[in-house]
Amino acid sequence: MTTLGLPRGSILGTRVQRLEDPGFLTTGAVYTDDIVDDRLARAVRVTFVRSPLAHATVTSIDISAALAAEGCVGVVTAGDLTDIPSPAPAFAMYPEQMGLPLLASGTVRYVGEPVAAVLTDGRYDGEDIAELVEVGYDPLPAVVDPVLALTSETLLFPGAGTNVAYEMAPDPERDDIFSDCEVVATRTIVNQRVAVAPLEVRAAAAVWEEDGRLTTWIPNQGAQGTQSSVARLLGLDVSQVHVITPAVGGAFGAKFGADPEAALVGWIARRFGRPATWVETRSDNLVAMTHGRGQVQTVTIGGSRTGRVTAYRLDIVQDSGAYPRIGALLPTLTQLMAPGVYDIDNLQTSFRSVVTTTTPVGAYRGAGRPEATAAIERAMDLFAAEIGMDPADVRRLNLLPAFTEPFRSSTGAIYDSGNYPMALDTVLAAADYPSLRAEQASRRERGDVRQLGIGVSVYVEITGGGSEAGAPKENATVEVHPDGTASILTGTSPHGQGHETVWAMLVSNELGIEMDKITVRWGDTDLVLRGGGTGGSRSLQQGGAAVRQASLELVDLAKSRAAAQLEVSADDLVVDHGRAGLMVTGVPGSGVTFAALAAMEPLLVHTIFSAPGATYPFGAHVAVVEVDVETGKAELMRLIALDDAGVVVNPLIAEGQRHGGLAQGAAQALLEEVLYDEDGNPTTTTLAAYPFVSATELPSFELVTTETPTTYNPLGAKGIGEAGTIGSTPAVQSAVVDAVAHLGVRHVDMPTTSMRIWAAINAAAADKETTD
Amino acid sequence: MQVSITVNSVRRRDDVEPRMMLAHYLRDVCGLRATNIGCDTTSCGACTVTVDGESVKSCTVLAVQTDGGTVTTLEGLAASVGLGPDELHPVQAAFRAEHGLQCGFCTPGMVMAAVGLLAENPHPTEPEVREGLEGNLCRCTGYHNIVRAVLTAADAMGPGGDA
Repeated sequence: MTTLGLPRGSILGTRVQRLEDPGFLTTGAVYTDDIVDDRLARAVRVTFVRSPLAHATVTSIDISAALAAEGCVGVVTAGDLTDIPSPAPAFAMYPEQMGLPLLASGTVRYVGEPVAAVLTDGRYDGEDIAELVEVGYDPLPAVVDPVLALTSETLLFPGAGTNVAYEMAPDPERDDIFSDCEVVATRTIVNQRVAVAPLEVRAAAAVWEEDGRLTTWIPNQGAQGTQSSVARLLGLDVSQVHVITPAVGGAFGAKFGADPEAALVGWIARRFGRPATWVETRSDNLVAMTHGRGQVQTVTIGGSRTGRVTAYRLDIVQDSGAYPRIGALLPTLTQLMAPGVYDIDNLQTSFRSVVTTTTPVGAYRGAGRPEATAAIERAMDLFAAEIGMDPADVRRLNLLPAFTEPFRSSTGAIYDSGNYPMALDTVLAAADYPSLRAEQASRRERGDVRQLGIGVSVYVEITGGGSEAGAPKENATVEVHPDGTASILTGTSPHGQGHETVWAMLVSNELGIEMDKITVRWGDTDLVLRGGGTGGSRSLQQGGAAVRQASLELVDLAKSRAAAQLEVSADDLVVDHGRAGLMVTGVPGSGVTFAALAAMEPLLVHTIFSAPGATYPFGAHVAVVEVDVETGKAELMRLIALDDAGVVVNPLIAEGQRHGGLAQGAAQALLEEVLYDEDGNPTTTTLAAYPFVSATELPSFELVTTETPTTYNPLGAKGIGEAGTIGSTPAVQSAVVDAVAHLGVRHVDMPTTSMRIWAAINAAAADKETTD
Repeated sequence: MQVSITVNSVRRRDDVEPRMMLAHYLRDVCGLRATNIGCDTTSCGACTVTVDGESVKSCTVLAVQTDGGTVTTLEGLAASVGLGPDELHPVQAAFRAEHGLQCGFCTPGMVMAAVGLLAENPHPTEPEVREGLEGNLCRCTGYHNIVRAVLTAADAMGPGGDA
């Protein structure tokens, strides 16, 4: 391993403005719906007919009226899909009966499930004609509550004999971990289901080309994963599928792979011999794109009256929605990160992922780790309240000490580096915590209507975990061209994260080529054969590290060629950054440019960077809220966030990632929730009904940055994409509870709406009256 | 129906379906695809353009309602204040300088909403910027840098609010 951190007085570590932006800001990026391509001329438009019922037997589908309608090109139902594999579970560990169909056949299991596809020429015809498809349904009981699904007589997949898709039983030898505890607190808390809601909805375009291959444009987080998903769903070989990634308008975990609708567009293009396009409506997006979170957690925490926590139990019921997708697997990450930043000897974790008659659950910014932090941080607050100690003090007493050598947690996670006490003390100082507590005390004493709440969270998370192939790795190709430009091919897949800028910074820093002469390409499976995409906060630490490594290897290659040409030893050559070439040590102007070498023979390097393991960014957040105790309305006043993701290559971009995460985390704590009625009808199916966080509901954020490098990559960088979400949710929730704690409130489930807070205040008052 | 609309300084005459949205007219008929559509309830603001100087959500306006009007989209913004093709309007420049965009999907609408906001109130306070952009949603930035960008643009555009 080479020297840690950023070399020289370089551009690395500076606030370079994004190279992407001039295009985005003048002509707009080209998203899937914007594509103008001859291959898509005369494309047929696809509109999906979706189930209006949560659970039903499909008794009939009559497409005759739709087919007869003017403008209808065709209608597809499950019965037409005779040439594709029968539905298989998304992951092999799920019961084989829980396969995900492209179109429902026999049974529908959530409102919004695709039942048929209508093909039209005109933009406005699709929705009209979709209404003419007559589907007969025989209703079955809905199963909405994941806890009730555990014992429900109604099974979504009777052949499986259970609604449990995946589980990890508690270790019975750890049943007695609380026996020595002086104090034990327990509570069931809800980490609610939220909508991912990227601003760009799902879409696809597809055409079968003369070479017998499917070319498909799908917004995604990694074209190679999307290619294999499409191939698997349609029963094709991956070599028959060419995925091109257009600009992607946000993903947040929900655009990995390919959804059934996107794959079906490719099937339609073949069957009808015409290119096909699909762009869903927002209403469809809110019921048919995977949702996030969705855990019911029972936390039990125990320790001494002096504040030392010695035992913690986390039991999770994960709502997987109607078909287990990656959401059913995410509790494995939740349980892995269960103890978080704390030194707790005795731990017991368990989970059951169950199917319900609701939209399938997938990954959403943080994906399993925010749920872990939310659980332990709520537990810490409950414990603090139980023994009457300040929540910050309880945390400090139980934090793991700083470490620079990898540390193995009690659940088996290998934390690479961390300094949690520093994070907590630094953020408390930045927030001026004692003054906040003093202000809170005065408001309480005065009996103010607007009470102050202060929430503290400390977190560690896992980023850049291993791929299916094992160790975390990523590839990159760097090539210098005879005209002095350079190009980069990367296996990551940016959709807002600024890789065009940061990858160019990394190459420019090593080769001296100006950034505006460097282009970055990704997401075309003919160009980039392999790649892990962008997700799990992996891109810089693996993709960026690969780009840097390729640049260094390219310098070595250039040296060996130049040495022969210049008749000097390669060891005597160094990079001449001013000329973008090599020179003899100490002799500026000597030597040869990279461009000149490339003119003689292609100058390119393809390399794979492999990391020894995942990295563990950490941080501490303080949230300050005001709660109107008469109406229950909470307002977030301040959010002070220390996020330590190791060495930062571009602070402008890293801060942007944190801001976005903080907003989504605060939104979960305060506002956002996907709701169903008892019959399984979703009630948050538009952006008018779903309380998507807006600018007025957030403050400007106060960021504190520390850099504790990792040794797992030469950049010293860990992941930053999800950190803000993970720390902010429990801090904000805790602040809301804290604002009304003096009234006897110990917990308010998320989202902490006015109604919930008001009800909690009233319930606490009623309790107090009874006890008095 | 025939409409006559001035789009980014070009006077056009087009035949449109009576139910065609202005957003679809701009995208499909004029080929101006910076303007995005992010919802179907006028909630997200990704489709915001200015009509006769005021910001409007083009997914809720019919093209025929704009007959006789002047529409400016992101593509025509810089030219609308006399700037050349390689130059950025102060609001565009501020969005870049302050990293006010990530995935870019809300950006065309957000920039045009900011232009409309600054035309009405050349020197807004931070709360006024947040109120003014309440109808424009962004999932990436947490609004922090968008707010900074609008405040920066207000400073750059000087006392009268002109570019």
